[in-house]
Amino acid sequence: MPGTLVFVEDHEGEATKGSLGVLGKAASLDGEAAAVLCGSGIASIADSLGAHGASTVYVADDAALESPLPQPRVDVLAKLVQEQGFDAVFFASSVLSADVAAGLSARLDAGLNWDLTDVELQEGRLVGKRPALQDSVVVDVGWTEGPALALFRTGSFEPGEGGAGNAAVETIDVPLEDFSTKTAMVERAHEEKSGPSIEDADVIVAGGRGLGEPERFSLLEDLAKALGGAVAATRAVVDAGWYPYATQVGQTGRTVSPKLYLACGISGAIQHKVGMQSAGTIVAINKDPNAPIFEYSDLAVVGDLNEIVPKLTELVRQRRQS
Amino acid sequence: MKIAVCVKEVPDAAAARRIDPQTKRLDRSGDGVLNEFDTHALEEALRVKEGSGEGEVVVLCLAPERAMNSLRKALAMGADRAVLVADDAAAGSDLVATAKILAKAIERESPDLILVGQQGGDSDGAVLWGSLAERLRLPLVSQAASLELSDGKARSKRQTEFGYDVLEAQLPCVVAVSDAINEPRYPSLKGIMGAKKKPQEMLSLADLGVDVAEAGEAGSRTEVLALTDPPARGDTQRIEDEGGDSAEKIVAYLAEQKLV
Ligand SMILES: Cc1cc2nc3c(=O)[nH]c(=O)nc-3n(C[C@H](O)[C@H](O)[C@H](O)COP(=O)(O)OP(=O)(O)OC[C@H]3O[C@@H](n4cnc5c(N)ncnc54)[C@H](O)[C@@H]3O)c2cc1C
Ligand SMILES: Nc1ncnc2c1ncn2[C@@H]1O[C@H](COP(=O)(O)O)[C@@H](O)[C@H]1O
Repeated sequence: MPGTLVFVEDHEGEATKGSLGVLGKAASLDGEAAAVLCGSGIASIADSLGAHGASTVYVADDAALESPLPQPRVDVLAKLVQEQGFDAVFFASSVLSADVAAGLSARLDAGLNWDLTDVELQEGRLVGKRPALQDSVVVDVGWTEGPALALFRTGSFEPGEGGAGNAAVETIDVPLEDFSTKTAMVERAHEEKSGPSIEDADVIVAGGRGLGEPERFSLLEDLAKALGGAVAATRAVVDAGWYPYATQVGQTGRTVSPKLYLACGISGAIQHKVGMQSAGTIVAINKDPNAPIFEYSDLAVVGDLNEIVPKLTELVRQRRQS
Repeated sequence: MKIAVCVKEVPDAAAARRIDPQTKRLDRSGDGVLNEFDTHALEEALRVKEGSGEGEVVVLCLAPERAMNSLRKALAMGADRAVLVADDAAAGSDLVATAKILAKAIERESPDLILVGQQGGDSDGAVLWGSLAERLRLPLVSQAASLELSDGKARSKRQTEFGYDVLEAQLPCVVAVSDAINEPRYPSLKGIMGAKKKPQEMLSLADLGVDVAEAGEAGSRTEVLALTDPPARGDTQRIEDEGGDSAEKIVAYLAEQKLV
């Protein structure tokens, strides 16, 4: 019974939104869509997946899968794919899923296409849509033989309720390779609920490594205050400890769609873009005339943020007062 | 401690990059440069070596012959040795083929630690390490924003969609570092002069015992079928700033859009 297998990632007792979107897409193709869940104490999630299009849900429930680490999951998926002979395995992009997909590619000698925004059947063959080179070209990609592994870009599909509602649930083995258990999670992420919320802001002033030093975030805070908005950041500066994770925009941060997104000293990597591309108006200040962010900005300002931002703040303040 | 750092050569981002419509591969005829993201992995390797006062840092790369120029920059930064796998039969290798070849090159070195960068500036894959760890049968840590080595373990803080985790992997292991882990050094003049004399090895697939049928397009499991233009988006207005004089134009633009 070949078809598509979807790796469903879970977090705090729920399937991630991205995985459900991909599951719905898989169910819309010819053939059946099955889902695989890997974790500890996750069986309750299985029942909800039928409504998202899964005909069968395979559950690997084991203490060894408690931490969201990729390698034990490769072991589980490899065995399942080999036994069931799926034509394709789909993943919603995430730090965990990308590592699982790449490991599975090596284990099965199976082709992996990544950063796909869509997939379709052309004369019975699976074809992926992959925007490349900073989204300047869309590449149609294929697989020369199965199974076809696909990683989908964050936000490609919204979860829907398209399925029949009832999926058969099957428990599967957890065979572990020796090297798969040599990485341990000694501290697990728990969302910092405190900190400013950027999702509701109409105006966002965002800063990246181009600020040069953490203290210069105050320039952006002043501008955001004058504009009545919030301050956001890139992963590069969050990882470096300059600004809190709660303000990060992008693939592993928040997704925002303010009326105005003003990017200062941000190069505009795809992983950042997926978190802010639906902003109404995008204005970018960057001293590099070739910065990728200019490709998707409405107003591109080539210049030094240190010179521009303070003047901008001053002018906005004056306007407000008059 | 012997550290292998995988570095990629990518087309210069400052030049216009394109996919060759004939071969459907990335056009690599222009100048190649050392992938920026990989200089962070190299910097981290150099710090580990300097911190412990001993060890060796080897950079490994799969690319056409002329990539040795880019590897010389890595040597100038402080790497001890460069190994370039250059073979016409490897052109067009996808993830499956690339990981297979690089894993062989790494095995030949038996390193205690394998570092890779956050992503290829050209491919935006951020996937290679997962395949490498699997082929090497070694533990993996990705997106490492910090790295500490002690008691035969590598400990890293890393970001996922849910915040920060701390992972610990037993050595030898594969660690993919975030570009925020450090600030890479610039090569010193002495480093640049000394680079030419450092060992630079060029290997063929045969040297690694990799069959040509496992490399290049023959060894790949994915293919490019067609290239199309993305949907058009609105025009970008451009302003060149001179000493902050663009502030007024920005305000005028925002006012026009009713955003101030
Ligand atoms: C799995 C994964 C997930 C990721 N998730 C995210 C995410 O959620 N969010 C995210 O943002 N990134 C994410 N990234 C990282 C992303 O790929 C980039 O590395 C990051 O976005 C770069 O941040 P930056 O633009 O601040 O830094 P850089 O890329 O270093 O850009 C700095 C820019 O500042 C400009 N500049 C320098 N000085 C000045 C000046 N004085 N005036 C004006 N401009 C100046 C430079 O020209 C440059 O363009 C992720 C990466 C991976 C692999
Ligand atoms: N051809 C290559 N030679 C050496 N290292 C590579 C090569 N391709 C990718 N890498 C390494 O793998 C990382 C991720 O690359 P990618 O998965 O292509 O985005 C890069 O930052 C490099 O460290």
